[in-house]
Amino acid sequence: MYPIVHKQILNPTVVRLDVSAPLIARKARPGQFIMLRTDEEGERIPLTIADYDREKGIVSIIFQLVGKTTQTLSEMNEGDSILDFVGPLGVASHLEGYKRVAVIGGGLGTAIAYPQAKALHQMGAVVDIIAGFRNKDLVILEDEMRAACTNLYLTTDDGSYVRKGFVTDVLNEQIDAGAGYDLVIAIGPLIMMKMIANLTRPYGIHTIVSMNSIMVDGTGMCGGCRLTVGGETKFACVDGPDFDGHLVDFDEAMRRSQIYKNNEKESMDKHICRLTGKES
Amino acid sequence: MPNLSLKKVPIPEQEPQIRNRNFAEVAFGYTPEMAMEESTRCLQCKHKPCVAGCPVRVRIPEFIEKVASGDFEEAYHIITSTNFLPAVCGRVCPQETQCEQVCVRAIKGESVAIGRLERFVADWYMENRKPRLEKAADRNKKVAIVGSGPAGLTCASDLAKLGYDVTIFEAFHVPGGVLMYGIPEFRLPKVIVQEEIDNLRKLGVKIETNMVIGKILTLDELHEMGYEAIFIGTGAGLPSFMKIPGENLNGVYSSNEFLTRINLMKAYKFPDWDTPIKVGKRVAVVGGGNVAMDAARSAKRLGAEEVYIVYRRSETELPARLEEVHHAMEEGIIFKLLTAPVEVVGNEQGWVTALRCIEMELGEPDSSGRRRPIEKKGSEFTLPMDTVVVAIGTSPNPLIKMTTPGLVTQKWGGIVVDEHTMATSRPGVYAGGDAVTGAATVILAMGAGKTAAEAIDAYLTTGVNPVSPEDEACVLGSNKEEY
Repeated sequence: MYPIVHKQILNPTVVRLDVSAPLIARKARPGQFIMLRTDEEGERIPLTIADYDREKGIVSIIFQLVGKTTQTLSEMNEGDSILDFVGPLGVASHLEGYKRVAVIGGGLGTAIAYPQAKALHQMGAVVDIIAGFRNKDLVILEDEMRAACTNLYLTTDDGSYVRKGFVTDVLNEQIDAGAGYDLVIAIGPLIMMKMIANLTRPYGIHTIVSMNSIMVDGTGMCGGCRLTVGGETKFACVDGPDFDGHLVDFDEAMRRSQIYKNNEKESMDKHICRLTGKES
Repeated sequence: MPNLSLKKVPIPEQEPQIRNRNFAEVAFGYTPEMAMEESTRCLQCKHKPCVAGCPVRVRIPEFIEKVASGDFEEAYHIITSTNFLPAVCGRVCPQETQCEQVCVRAIKGESVAIGRLERFVADWYMENRKPRLEKAADRNKKVAIVGSGPAGLTCASDLAKLGYDVTIFEAFHVPGGVLMYGIPEFRLPKVIVQEEIDNLRKLGVKIETNMVIGKILTLDELHEMGYEAIFIGTGAGLPSFMKIPGENLNGVYSSNEFLTRINLMKAYKFPDWDTPIKVGKRVAVVGGGNVAMDAARSAKRLGAEEVYIVYRRSETELPARLEEVHHAMEEGIIFKLLTAPVEVVGNEQGWVTALRCIEMELGEPDSSGRRRPIEKKGSEFTLPMDTVVVAIGTSPNPLIKMTTPGLVTQKWGGIVVDEHTMATSRPGVYAGGDAVTGAATVILAMGAGKTAAEAIDAYLTTGVNPVSPEDEACVLGSNKEEY
């Protein structure tokens, strides 16, 4: 059992949990993920490690309420325990040797991009964070991000905070203005990562994306997380989750992300019925 | 006077058309009367060919003699003196190519039903007696077992009985390995596996789940933590794909994923359990091993109307156990033999709609001794399909190899060991089971775990390996489409 030592609601649909997992905290590095299961009947889901504290033995996860498991997780509180918590899985991000980096996060993706920005910043790189949200209420980690970069650019789709527009707009401007990025890290919805990769491709800027595919075990066993990268099949769990954004077949990844959409809804509806006692 | 019946006492089973809609065990098992009757068919041969045919040398005529006299308890103790998982082996061992193949009764008629008798004895004991937990005096030495499949469980059991302080590290949330995630409930009920594992705990073996060794701890760190010897039994978990167009379409599963969702994650209980699975009306399972049979029969149980086994050789070459092939046929699985897939066809939304195949014919025998399948030019045809399960084999998981400097492996991933001791190229590190041989059987993995336990005991007693792997490196087995 893995006790929750701190819970923080970042916005109405995004929650941060600090989980006591000393052995994982000792090994975790930016870009890696954990698999968790909340209860005996639960599904195993992957979540990126958002932060870790080796001394306190804490691994932090930040997640959006998108389905039954994340809903159940969000209903847990300090003092509750997560049944299974496995990691650190996946290959850590390669961040060495870069001088000028744009770290781009879309929505919840900012929480996953944040540790990379923080690591790069600590390593002495000049880091621009470009973070996009749908609206002002959904903005998360603003102070943390500001402390982990040289320039922070925030956008909202509806213009309710800072600047109206998309992360691609800012990246485009910065590249045009001669930012001279030698690395772009993009983490967010598949469509956003695809747009970013399309944008940087003509400039030849190395672009890393993080693929949050559907997985069962997270250790290379099921192959459910497979994706096509440069014409080859790769497993997000053991070959990634980071991949060269210019080589990823995003259209295939987007189709694969929809496999269980109907089931997820069924599972969620049933969960809500249990909570409210109402038929869906 | 022995029972001269040419046939085994039949084992009661669920009717095919009923069982192909549920996940309960297919065979009910012998009653004491049936077992006693069957056991009188044993001739009590002096040269005991059956014992030599068993990878863990179960004292077969001795236990059968006890069954005949109604002393089931003693029969159990005879079996478990060499085989620690009789309830499992009685169900999933390929007896027809091992003990039963060389049974003298099989020269004329059917062999003695050794597997069924082993299962009966194990089940009877589980139901009627408490396990006898005998342990040698404490040795005060720690041994780590990586992986809790048949190899790791056997190694752990033998070492615990010898008095070692044994800890098993398992990557999944439950121990059991392929017995839990791979072999379906209808062939091996999970309560049986859990009961065997509980007995292991009672012997003092500690089991740490959620521990992906290589990630959370390396082998070097395990040594630093005081584990003087380590046994790697991490299995062959890496799925092979066909490398044909369309394999990443929605609705194409590896057999590993398909069976893990069903067996370990209980997707057949969705939405009461959270893990879903997609099984369409028409399902093709590619491959001809036990795993393919398991996947096909599971698909049928999940409501598929037409389930196909697509296999590129003929019925004679099917690597699955005969019994499993028969069961699959009885349950209405359609065998498309001498057929190889060339493309998975999908629609615009990325879902499978068909499997494009080509007919094959058999040529000269290949390196495996089986006749090599050759494509018949121009014979392509299309089978409309909603789901495709790829069950063409697995290879060892590379996680340990990637994080253990100096651990020598084969090109295809198998860990190189000395065949007499299971010692790897790293001092104090042993390996066995599918991690060494590639996908093979439960009983071979158990045999390897046993051999390794003896060698580890010798190593921890004397401080040296009996034989060094550099002197006598050995390749055990190859990638086969079997458990």
